[in-house]
Amino acid sequence: MISDISNTAAKVDLAFLYITGMSVVLLVLITSFMVYSLVRYNVKRHPRAEQIEGNVATEIILTVIPVILVLVMFYIGWTNFSYLRNAPKDAIPVTVRGMMWSWHFEYKNGKQNDVLNVPVGKPVELILTSADVIHSFYIPAFRIKEDAVPGMKTHLWFKAGEIGSYDVFCTEYCGTGHSHMVSKVVVMAQDAFDKWYAGAGAAGKENKGLQLLQAKGCLGCHTADGAGKIGPTFKGIFGRKTVILTNGKEREIVVDEDYIRRSVLQPAADIVKGYPNIMPVIPVTKDELDTIVATLEELK
Amino acid sequence: MNTFYADPGPRRGLAAWMMSTDHKRIGIMYLAALLLFFSIGALLGVLIRLNLISPGTFVQAHNYNRLFTIHGIIMIFLFIIPGIPASFGNFFLPLHIGARDVAFPRINRLSWWLYLAGAVVVLESLFFGGGPLDTGWTFYAPYSIQTRTNVSMAVFGVFILGFSSILTGLNFITTIHRLRAPGMTWHRMPLFAWTLYATGWVQLLATPTIAITLLLVILERFFGLGFFDPSKGGDPLLFEHLFWIYSHPAVYIMVLPAMGIISEVVPVFARKVIFGYRVVAYSALAIASVGYLVWGHHMFTSGMSDTARVVFSFFTFLVAVPSGMKVFNWLGTLYKGSIRLDAPLLFALSFIFLFSVGGLTGLIQSAVATNLHLHSTYWIVAHFHYVMFGGMGFSFLAALHYWFPKMFGRMYRERPAKIGWLVFFLGFNILYFSMFILGYNGMPRRYYDYPPQYFTGQLVSTIGSWVLAAGLIIIFRNLIVAFYRGPKAPDNPWGGSTLEWQVPSPPPRENFEEIPVITRGPYLFE
Ligand code: HEC
Ligand SMILES: [Cu+2]
Repeated sequence: MISDISNTAAKVDLAFLYITGMSVVLLVLITSFMVYSLVRYNVKRHPRAEQIEGNVATEIILTVIPVILVLVMFYIGWTNFSYLRNAPKDAIPVTVRGMMWSWHFEYKNGKQNDVLNVPVGKPVELILTSADVIHSFYIPAFRIKEDAVPGMKTHLWFKAGEIGSYDVFCTEYCGTGHSHMVSKVVVMAQDAFDKWYAGAGAAGKENKGLQLLQAKGCLGCHTADGAGKIGPTFKGIFGRKTVILTNGKEREIVVDEDYIRRSVLQPAADIVKGYPNIMPVIPVTKDELDTIVATLEELK
Repeated sequence: MNTFYADPGPRRGLAAWMMSTDHKRIGIMYLAALLLFFSIGALLGVLIRLNLISPGTFVQAHNYNRLFTIHGIIMIFLFIIPGIPASFGNFFLPLHIGARDVAFPRINRLSWWLYLAGAVVVLESLFFGGGPLDTGWTFYAPYSIQTRTNVSMAVFGVFILGFSSILTGLNFITTIHRLRAPGMTWHRMPLFAWTLYATGWVQLLATPTIAITLLLVILERFFGLGFFDPSKGGDPLLFEHLFWIYSHPAVYIMVLPAMGIISEVVPVFARKVIFGYRVVAYSALAIASVGYLVWGHHMFTSGMSDTARVVFSFFTFLVAVPSGMKVFNWLGTLYKGSIRLDAPLLFALSFIFLFSVGGLTGLIQSAVATNLHLHSTYWIVAHFHYVMFGGMGFSFLAALHYWFPKMFGRMYRERPAKIGWLVFFLGFNILYFSMFILGYNGMPRRYYDYPPQYFTGQLVSTIGSWVLAAGLIIIFRNLIVAFYRGPKAPDNPWGGSTLEWQVPSPPPRENFEEIPVITRGPYLFE
């Protein structure tokens, strides 16, 4: 019943167990009293009702007991909450950005990823924000969530207890791709994490470009293999003839480097015909943009 | 016969109804409209469940999002919120307090027209502009600002519906203050009237907030004013606050009158005076007032300050106490009664059970620690269906069976009503209890698709939706047959002691030949 997968899971489960236990007892009492009365005072067994208008002592007892119970429940929720909301000072900070419809993680040394790699047994603090609409970052196994709100920084923390890979869901409705706005928390042994954290990624140049597209969340809406998704595929994008709408006017262009840069920096300026105007402005550095352009050029 | 169905006025047919200011006719028309919208909403619900056993087979993601949005909007704004006050409240409040009509009969007709107008605009939004909206019934900004579906028109429809609700509340408050029969003191009023009174204040005071909020959404969408969208300098949390400042008290607009019905039905079928009349009456006022202070519990993970979360949690726990007291007093009324388990009581007792499940699970999610896990999962979906559907829905059916003979002058058959109840009750629990388990295991709400570990739970829940639908069909078939062919109802088939049972079934046009003089409380069965 009490999970050790993370410190937060243990706390929330314990609070849940207490409060649910009390609630179940109350429900059983209420229901059995009701069923008992139905059977015992059925018109056949009890043809004349006794007119009881009330009873002050009973009312007082039945008010005081619930008040005490709910205050206890409130307290259980509150004490655990303070612990759950205040990360220790040595927690590893990770910036989490939600966007339609992917998660993006950035570490202190600038390393970026689309899954959340963390070391086992170390506190991690997440600083959450959003690039477009409200999302919510939820790790069911750890029993915690917090909204990622555009224009705001919110926070969460946890200490993972077991090596493994756990689901991350978006739990604030955010449009068509909401139910596919998922990711993973990958809990690693300390040395494996250190190696990943220090490394630049093993693979070659093109692979590194794809990793960047992945990390930036572009592949949440675009594909590299020609398949359709929410936006046009990147495969063969260079030199492709495309009809775009600029300020509502249609024109045909051939995709070149400038157009790609503009598409990333100001996605709303030109809209590919037949696609919704939903691509968010995703901050990229100059180097990153160069990498993106180079990568797209190679996706023939 | 001098029943209100026979109108000697100049108009005939539909016009005689639409132009009528008779509270009973207006109540019947509301009832018909509510049942229509309930059926549409329920059908959409079954479709939602259908998609969830095989995502993508029947609908695609975008349309799924529209489905649950419209299901929510129809059920909340066109069924549950107007719900009991507009239908049974209109019909029975004047009868209960010994009046000939409500205080402002023409305003009453206006609010019925506004309801229709609002409903038409909401439905129109599905066919114009960007088509059915996909924001969820909560319209959270900035998504609702950015989506290209037809949010503005739908939201404008809800805006109009709000005025209908405000006017009904105003009318009922005034009616209760001014039109009680001689001798009908506050403490001789039936408890249903008490809950309508408390509800009236909530309708009057809370609804303007949603009206303003929705207007701001429309302004922001049309003119780009930055109220809520941070890219224009707005604050998305502001929207959440404004929205829930109304929409939480709205929960009490839905559930208080439902509690009123239970307080009518239980004494009649236990043949016993209500236990603790004053406690039951005042707890309605307590719920209505503390209910204003708890909206933040919808925002425990929104990024709001931790202190605010704790304070809102505290008030949320407090508001549970008066609801609990009502439950205890209903049980006290059964105790040492002489109980006849007829269909209305079956529905009323199911209310007590389901509402207790809804309320107690509400406590579990009101604790700030556990809420971190449960918020926005199927747990919440299960919880509010237990409270709304198990609460308002079952009590609506209790009222329909209890007052059917009075409203339509005919009796239904008891056996099919009970069988329908059983199937419906079982289906309900299969459908929604499995959602508690899914939610505890982390299944997020408003998901069109989901990882395979949730499949079994989803399947069970969907099967429950079929059982529930079958139950509803049995129940309504029985009532429809009774409507056309049922035997004539006596004036007082259940031995009720409130005033509506002392006039013929269906009541005459002016309710009472002579305004009665009241000398006793509402629940006397000696
Ligand atoms: C929320 C989904 C989404 C995300 C995330 C997203 N895009 Fe887009 N993108 C779109 C859509 C939809 C279009 C087509 C409409 C338009 O032109 O705005 C588009 C268009 C484009 C185009 C023009 C394509 C063409 O065929 O003319 C480029 C280039 C592009 N995106 C690059 C990127 C890059 C690079 C990233 C990551 C930094 C990214 N996008 C992230 C949805 C997205
Ligand atoms: Cu999201």
